[in-house]
Amino acid sequence: MVIEILLTILLIVVVFSVIMLHVAYATYFERKVIGHMQVRMGPMRVGPHGLLQPIADGIKLFFKEDVFPETADKPTFYAAPIICLVAALTSIAVIPFWEGMAISDINIGLLFILAMSSLAGWGVVLAGWASNSKYAFLGGLRASAQIISYEIAMGLSIVGVMMMAGSLNMSEIVKAQAQSPFGIYAIPQVLGFFVFLVAMLAETNRTPFDMPECESELVAGYCTEYAGFRFALFFLGEYVGMIVMASVGTICFLGGWTGPFEVPFFPIIWFMLKVYFLIFFFYWVRATLPRYRYDQIMALGWKVLIPLALGNVILTGIMKTFVWH
Amino acid sequence: MPGSYLPSDYMSVLFLLLFALGFGVAAIALGQLLRLRRPYHEKLVAYESGNEPTELPRFRFSVKFYLIAILFAVFDVECIFLYPWAIVYDKLGLFAFAEMLIFIFLLLAGYVYAWGKGALTWER
Repeated sequence: MVIEILLTILLIVVVFSVIMLHVAYATYFERKVIGHMQVRMGPMRVGPHGLLQPIADGIKLFFKEDVFPETADKPTFYAAPIICLVAALTSIAVIPFWEGMAISDINIGLLFILAMSSLAGWGVVLAGWASNSKYAFLGGLRASAQIISYEIAMGLSIVGVMMMAGSLNMSEIVKAQAQSPFGIYAIPQVLGFFVFLVAMLAETNRTPFDMPECESELVAGYCTEYAGFRFALFFLGEYVGMIVMASVGTICFLGGWTGPFEVPFFPIIWFMLKVYFLIFFFYWVRATLPRYRYDQIMALGWKVLIPLALGNVILTGIMKTFVWH
Repeated sequence: MPGSYLPSDYMSVLFLLLFALGFGVAAIALGQLLRLRRPYHEKLVAYESGNEPTELPRFRFSVKFYLIAILFAVFDVECIFLYPWAIVYDKLGLFAFAEMLIFIFLLLAGYVYAWGKGALTWER
């Protein structure tokens, strides 16, 4: 029992370090990708090809002064970034990186991740409210409406996957997927996959849906009043959230750890490649599309994605009952 | 075996949660010892493009946001009802399909009504 607990803690420490390293280099990757898409170099100064840039950024943020606004609501202001980070990091627990390798393979994995992703929205809303600043307030308000709107679309988009896999357990979804005639659910669930991709961008507050923090009108939105490492915690939460969403997309639609052939000694390779591709997709969209207007975001969520997702559920039902039977 | 279920799977989830919490708190608390602190009034005032803040920041906002929240409560609950149905879809067959068509039809009726009333349209 004691050994089991120690092993679990060791596993958590290892996974946590790997995720943090990924977050650090996700920022570097983002700046490089967007840089090259805009025909410039991205970070080049710190280390060869700017490779040490994330570490320099981290050190800088750590030593920054912690500004605490006079009018802010103290406990909520303290709690908000931590809620964001904890909610995002806890979702990592149920993600299977390869066969049998998850911190905790609970039977309601998918539901747990949905719950945690809406909890991360809480952090954003509380931050906007607690800052007691107009920009932050507006950012938090917009975030709350946007996150709840796209949560419905996201929740509905994966119903098709649940119908096909017959489980909420992440590993079983991957296994059912590998046994299905298509190999990955992105083919029979193409509509669901599309809705998921759009909702994924909106849930993590990424461009083109970054209304909660759109710098051209709200300064920095909900994190306007946050400085130094508190701001960094929001940043970490956002990037961990991206990694989690990319992993969910990989597991539900792209076949998780399964690949065209087995790679010995390195079973995580396919999972990693697929997650990297989806993270690249986040940056690709950011470099390509301008920001939506707020009413357009709401219209897209409520009038396009929800009917599409519901249609996908009905379509999957028809196909499962009458065609693939 | 009813009554013998021990949610031991959730133990590691709890550990990870505590670990993440510890990381967040420790990073802020430890940094506090190393960080420079030089607060003065102008720095601590809520940001408003360099001006003194006017009025209260928590002003009245559009009633639309409340409407969205109510619609969310309705639709999200109905969405949750779809989950158990989706999980056992294979076992129930045609019965489940017909049942769900009725449910989704009712959901759509409410949706069309809300749309017709202009609840989903933002600008007015």
